[in-house]
Amino acid sequence: MTHRGAALTMRGNRMTITLFIPCFVDAFYPRAGISMVQILERLGHKIVCPKALVCCGQPAFNSGYWEEARPVALKTLETLRNAEAVVVGSGSCGAMVKKFYPELFSGTRHAELARQVAARTWEFSDFLVNKLGVTDLDARFPAKVTFHDGCHGLRELNLKQPPRALLAEVRDLELIEMGEAETCCGFGGTFAAKFPMISAAMGETKCASALETGAAYLVSNDMSCLMHLQGLLSRQGAKIKILHLAEVLAQQ
Amino acid sequence: MTSRARKFLKDARRVTADLRHRQIIHAALHNYEAARDRRKAAFADWLTARQAAAATKWEAINYLDENLTAFADKLAARGAKVHWASTDRQARDIILQIIQDKAARCIVKSKAMTAEEIHLNEALERAGLEVVESDLGEFIVQLRREAPYHIVFPSMHLTRGEIKDLFQSKLGSAPSDNPEELTMVARRVLREKFINAEIGITGANFAIAETGMISITENEGNARLTAALPRTLITLLGIEKILPRLEDLALFLPMLATAGAGQPMSGYNTLYGGPRQPDESDGPVEFHVVLLDNQRTRLLADTEQRDALHCIRCGACLNVCPIFRHVGGHTYGTTYSGPIGSVITPSLRGLQDWKHLSSASSLCGACTEACPVKIDLHHHLLHNRRNAIAKRLSYLEQFAYDVFTAIVNHPVLWSLGKKAGRLLQPLHRSIQGGPLDPLRSWTRTRDLPPLAKPSFREWWRKRK
Repeated sequence: MTHRGAALTMRGNRMTITLFIPCFVDAFYPRAGISMVQILERLGHKIVCPKALVCCGQPAFNSGYWEEARPVALKTLETLRNAEAVVVGSGSCGAMVKKFYPELFSGTRHAELARQVAARTWEFSDFLVNKLGVTDLDARFPAKVTFHDGCHGLRELNLKQPPRALLAEVRDLELIEMGEAETCCGFGGTFAAKFPMISAAMGETKCASALETGAAYLVSNDMSCLMHLQGLLSRQGAKIKILHLAEVLAQQ
Repeated sequence: MTSRARKFLKDARRVTADLRHRQIIHAALHNYEAARDRRKAAFADWLTARQAAAATKWEAINYLDENLTAFADKLAARGAKVHWASTDRQARDIILQIIQDKAARCIVKSKAMTAEEIHLNEALERAGLEVVESDLGEFIVQLRREAPYHIVFPSMHLTRGEIKDLFQSKLGSAPSDNPEELTMVARRVLREKFINAEIGITGANFAIAETGMISITENEGNARLTAALPRTLITLLGIEKILPRLEDLALFLPMLATAGAGQPMSGYNTLYGGPRQPDESDGPVEFHVVLLDNQRTRLLADTEQRDALHCIRCGACLNVCPIFRHVGGHTYGTTYSGPIGSVITPSLRGLQDWKHLSSASSLCGACTEACPVKIDLHHHLLHNRRNAIAKRLSYLEQFAYDVFTAIVNHPVLWSLGKKAGRLLQPLHRSIQGGPLDPLRSWTRTRDLPPLAKPSFREWWRKRK
């Protein structure tokens, strides 16, 4: 079955999707979240954004404060308990729910819930391509773009292909891969604040690779990486603009 | 913060700002990557090879007791003397005793990270002995009185020009930065040392339980000379170097060469099975093998991180690590740097003293992806962080996370927080990046995006 054909059958099968917009997307980059809502609604699905979903708890978890991460993660799990499908608007937060919640709750009475929710959770591009079977969203974006693979999406969730499959169908878009596409940008959550000199140096290497492509847009499915890179690029006075994958796919 | 953590930060600050260093390391590793990818493509299936290697090392380590005794018995049966050292000190004492029993003065050594780990050269020099590193890279860093920069490429941080200057000032050689001429300079010095040495010291790449043999893989032939010329040979190795069967080398030798250096095989691959036998005309008269624990059994007891003992010291995780590439090998302050060093050093040398290395990672996972024996490196960094907090938490950080939990678990507080942030934002702009900025650790190097109005949640509420 072609992706396009699959999309048409899925469109008839209306799902209720719980959209988990991560805290930093909510606060800094609402347009990424709005684009996800538009795309998923255009495909005919019902979107819910529960008020109780704020953060996945990853900052505490990654810093070793698992006891402090659990109440945040548990609140998320309980909010998602009955969700038909969960779409997370970030590879990193998606990895937290899908991969690290089962580990965080392993051996506790919430282990089964964590496992069940993980099985129903998808990162945004993964959901479109591998759950809905859609790659062509009828988008048009006449520009040169380069794509940054967020590490959590790439290596924890194995998301190398889905974003590229989606970008390949965008009319008039030219994807120019950068040499360091799979190299960490240096964000790393609390790492960025604890080791700013290393984080910024890694970011400089990444930015140089992105700029080398001559692309007008630096696109990723992880806004947290882009927040860090934008912070560096604007200090450098670079012209390249950042966009979430969903913002590109929402353009018509 | 411990003094080691402070030193790490200080050195990291210096090296990350050193653009010349960044350029040298990136260029060297760029060449490595291209060669490695070419060699990986020669494997029928690299992923299957990794899986097989991991399974073999799992067997080796999970039956370590049986494998080690089989190895030691076979080796002893051919006349080698096997020594067991629980600690670094015991290992140094054993080696020093062997040398003193021979009243030897001159020692030639081939590359051995375990010798770095137990600070063997310093101990031998303190005892008035001369010890010369015969691996070219190690020879160079020894002349500089420096630790190896990288477990496989000890002097990768140096340019030819720097090596030219070093040889000129330390060895009185004619100035040349031609690699072949530089190698010939080192060779002339080293040949003399090989001929005069009474003791040879080597490390080991693998120890074969089935046959009681030491496998050494190298590119310069210096380990062969170290093992063959002196009358007494001492091989120092960690107990995790074991492989169950001789045939396992058919996978591990090309895999080590591919992952470590982008080579199909190293130039010289040798098996050592004991001292000179009655029907043999050359080789060492005495062969001592020192098996080192030095807290490896602590890793063995840790079911979560036991796979760290699978490590074959190929250095692939260092090569792909963006942290290593930017802070450099010396900043770690450890024998084993890079991801594997950050994982095992807390177990080998104390969690509280070395936990900062596990925090100094973006957890990108490039190391785990590169590891030929599939050690779950970046997740172990995460586990080290958790373990460090469980033993000794920072009350300030804990308080910060308690506040964070309270805010994100109460959507009303989260909304208020964003509104307060928006009000304070113009004020923040005037102090951004300065000494009064509470967000300075971010804003010194990066701009902060403005808080959006409306936020996503505000947009969503209004829309409904």
